Amino acid sequence: MVFVLLSVALMTLDHRQHHLGTLRGGLSVLVYPLQFTVNLPGMTREWLGEAFSTRRGLQEENARLRTQGLVLKANLQKLSALQAENVRLRELLDSSFQVGERVLIAEIMAVDLDPYRHEVVLNKGESYGIYPGQPVVDADGIMGQIVHTGPLTSNAMLITDPNHAIPVQVNRNGLRSITLGIGSLSMLSLPHVPNNADIRVGDLLVTSGLGGRFPAGYPVAEVVGIVRDPGRAFAHIEARPMANLDRSREVLLIWLAKQIDRRAETELAPEPVVTTTEPEQPDGTETSAQPEPAP
Amino acid sequence: MSTLTRHHGGIIIVVTFLIAMMLTIAPLPESMRIFRPDWTLLVLIYWTLALPLRIGVGIGWTVGIFQDVLTGTLLGQHALAYAIVAYLALKLHQRIRLFPLWQQSLSILVLLTLGQLLILWVNGMIDRPIQSWLYWSPSVFGAIFWPFVYVILRGLRRQFRVS
Repeated sequence: MVFVLLSVALMTLDHRQHHLGTLRGGLSVLVYPLQFTVNLPGMTREWLGEAFSTRRGLQEENARLRTQGLVLKANLQKLSALQAENVRLRELLDSSFQVGERVLIAEIMAVDLDPYRHEVVLNKGESYGIYPGQPVVDADGIMGQIVHTGPLTSNAMLITDPNHAIPVQVNRNGLRSITLGIGSLSMLSLPHVPNNADIRVGDLLVTSGLGGRFPAGYPVAEVVGIVRDPGRAFAHIEARPMANLDRSREVLLIWLAKQIDRRAETELAPEPVVTTTEPEQPDGTETSAQPEPAP
Repeated sequence: MSTLTRHHGGIIIVVTFLIAMMLTIAPLPESMRIFRPDWTLLVLIYWTLALPLRIGVGIGWTVGIFQDVLTGTLLGQHALAYAIVAYLALKLHQRIRLFPLWQQSLSILVLLTLGQLLILWVNGMIDRPIQSWLYWSPSVFGAIFWPFVYVILRGLRRQFRVS
């Protein structure tokens, strides 16, 4: 019975107060060898695939990546110019704008967790400065956020988890809403959009940055179905996540400009990719649009 | 485990638990994940039935905590279920041991279902209700796999004279 009480106490502490991060972190080091072993076949397969790829295939891939890199670089040039312009315009409006985010690449370990939770294990942990609540993205969109960190690994919750919600806005017109996971890897739901809202199938939903947790402007999902039932207060809207939640292996961890500032002095990851621009006003609020009357 | 010095073959018990945990997190296709039996609990039940003086509620609880960390669930959720299942297995071990294998499977089904019920109950308390009958399938598959687990572990136990 002692053990029953102990478990209940543990569960309460873990659920209500989140005090057990260190305990969980310590235990996660102990189970790391298991995770590593289970992950091994996948890693070996990947390594073998690399080791035995043909010269021709590599050359083709190299050429493809080079053209892709060129295109991306060209876009990036435009982006930095636009970013500078954006900052300048916002200065004119006296509103704060945060740019400058740091990213780190992590790998998803081939390890299964509870099938009713959409969580994945990443192969980087606190030693890289990863913190709970950190946004995780892949090449196509937001994947989720970190929920537990250990010294060597961290657990990330995907946006499709039934307990996950993410503030979004429609990219076309800025309509704000919240997207909830419903436990299906290919579907999200928007439960709080009124029937008469201007939202269409095919609309891109991007993060609004309002929660203060996710950076603004990253693609989250695409609206795939709308049912407007006049008998109900809200429309029934379904969206498909943009990120390859079930296929991605490499993910990006993002540090918001705010957090970079806060931990500017602390020792950070060994392989950071730092973007060029620094935040304009470190203490600015997360809301990006704060138009004030022009002088 | 503290009793390593007095007893024999503790390393085998640890290894079987480790293998069961690895099976628990080994990647499976998305559609098959919800049918995966709870290997760790099966192994725990076996050792509790076989060595009731050695393996019991305390070890069950410890294994459960590791299972929690391993599967990312609430800390203490599996620990609670495993401790209670180990307690019942301890209480019933003399009876279950005498059953033929298929009857054992039925008893194991009850124990596994109870464990899942406890986990479901905790999930319900923390607003994670699971609304699918398939939730119970791991127990059924666990009971189906029980004879194999039993025969393999008994072979190991006799081979290495775990006592």
